[in-house]
Amino acid sequence: MQDAVTTMTVTGVSDRPQAGERLRLIARNIFPFIVIGAIWEIVAWAGVFPHRLFPTLEEIAASFVHLTITGILPHHVIETIIRLLTGFALAGVVGVTIGVLMGRSRRAEDIFLPLVSIGAPIPGLAYAPLFLLWFGLGNISAVLLVGFVSAFPIIFNSWTGVKAVKEIWVRSAQAMGADDRRLFRHVILPGALPYILTGLRLGLAQAWRILVAVEMLAAVPWGLGWLIFGARKFLNTDIMLAGIVVIAVIGLVLEKFVFQKIENYTVVRWGMITS
Amino acid sequence: MTEAGQRQRSLLRGALAVLAAAAVYEAMARSGFFAPALLPTLSAIAHTLFSTLADGTMIGHAAFTLYRVMFGFALSVVVGLPLGILMARFQRVEHFFLPLVSALMPIPSFALVPLFMLWFGIGNLTTILIVFYAATFPMVFNTWSGVRSVNPLWLRAAGAMGADEHKLFWKVIIPGASPFIITGMRQAFLRAWIAVVGAEMIAASDWGLGWVIFDAKEFLNADVMLASLIVIGLIGFAFERLFFGSLERMTVMRWGMMRAAKG
Repeated sequence: MQDAVTTMTVTGVSDRPQAGERLRLIARNIFPFIVIGAIWEIVAWAGVFPHRLFPTLEEIAASFVHLTITGILPHHVIETIIRLLTGFALAGVVGVTIGVLMGRSRRAEDIFLPLVSIGAPIPGLAYAPLFLLWFGLGNISAVLLVGFVSAFPIIFNSWTGVKAVKEIWVRSAQAMGADDRRLFRHVILPGALPYILTGLRLGLAQAWRILVAVEMLAAVPWGLGWLIFGARKFLNTDIMLAGIVVIAVIGLVLEKFVFQKIENYTVVRWGMITS
Repeated sequence: MTEAGQRQRSLLRGALAVLAAAAVYEAMARSGFFAPALLPTLSAIAHTLFSTLADGTMIGHAAFTLYRVMFGFALSVVVGLPLGILMARFQRVEHFFLPLVSALMPIPSFALVPLFMLWFGIGNLTTILIVFYAATFPMVFNTWSGVRSVNPLWLRAAGAMGADEHKLFWKVIIPGASPFIITGMRQAFLRAWIAVVGAEMIAASDWGLGWVIFDAKEFLNADVMLASLIVIGLIGFAFERLFFGSLERMTVMRWGMMRAAKG
């Protein structure tokens, strides 16, 4: 038994390299990209596919630099991020409120659960044409749809989180004379927070996925989705690929640097989960 | 209050909530404040749903969508499952593929639709590849973590009892990783289902539920849109509950890897 435990922890710890190991780790992580990049270059240079459809890496990098210097790419990025954050903020406020209400009150649960369960299994993008019809082309539809779609995981997780708060914590807090407000702030909210954060994380990931597609459909004047979609008409594959790289980087940054940080500052510090 | 009475009241309240929402919608549709083309009545939606089902067009669209999603999903299982197992069993494979998988995973599948349209044209191939792309990553990731999380004690015990590699793999590792693998399939299908609708909208062909919804927008047929929305929701729900639910009961629960969720 002892043995099994130590082997488990060893594999866990070995992810953290010593100072000398670090270089090897970086090299190891970069190596696959070099291989794929080399294959890409060879295919592009060999002319297996039409050049316009399969540009070389230098061309992609050049169009990336060009778009960045002229300020076109930053403009697209900023518009996309504003839309993402507005929609997500909307989903966060509404979703957490409904979810917590559902967790605390039986009546709210009975009322909202069927409605939410009916809406949730439909893929978010399927609502897009409907939203476009009702709210017109452009920003309002895009933001509302992003908010609507990303609200579902937030509602579900906040609801589960509040229900998962241990009954005994609630009772002991009440026995020690906590009123409703204090009970909520000091027991229920911290207790449910790991779930709520998971919900927000899932919601943000969904919002990001949907937003890119919505920008293609909703004919917004700026935005990364639109940049990629518009480039198709002029066969600008290099611009498209540069846009896709930017989208990947933003997605990675959102996941790694925004949510893991928030989690470390709140739930891990409170000892709700171990990092 | 008794448990049964409580449950009955919950059901009643739930039904009332759905009915109330439907009534509000119907009142809005009939009030005439909104154009009937944008907000059709429930009876109009039901009528459209039944007539398209009866003349077979809706079934045809659903069949095309299902074909694309199943093809792409099957492809992702065929590629993702072995890749995940290989990544977990051989460190070299893991070192090569893990950075690639982590870098590609955050790219939303829809971002690739325009690119695939240029490369592969409009139609089945593009849609299937988008579905494949969307479904592969959860498949790989879950299989990988499932095989890795097989209790090392079991491996040693089986080894000590004289199991060879082949037996170890089929009798210990695969059943041990199966809860994760099934979760992976579930997530993969969910992603695939979302991706197929989106891909059909953007890379429109002539058939498919996503295409119907998008096409209906051009003619302001909100009833057709809502009817196909219902079909999409029902199919997704059926797969999630009936197919994967029973798959789970047949495999992992019977093997005792996982207990049925309480309640």
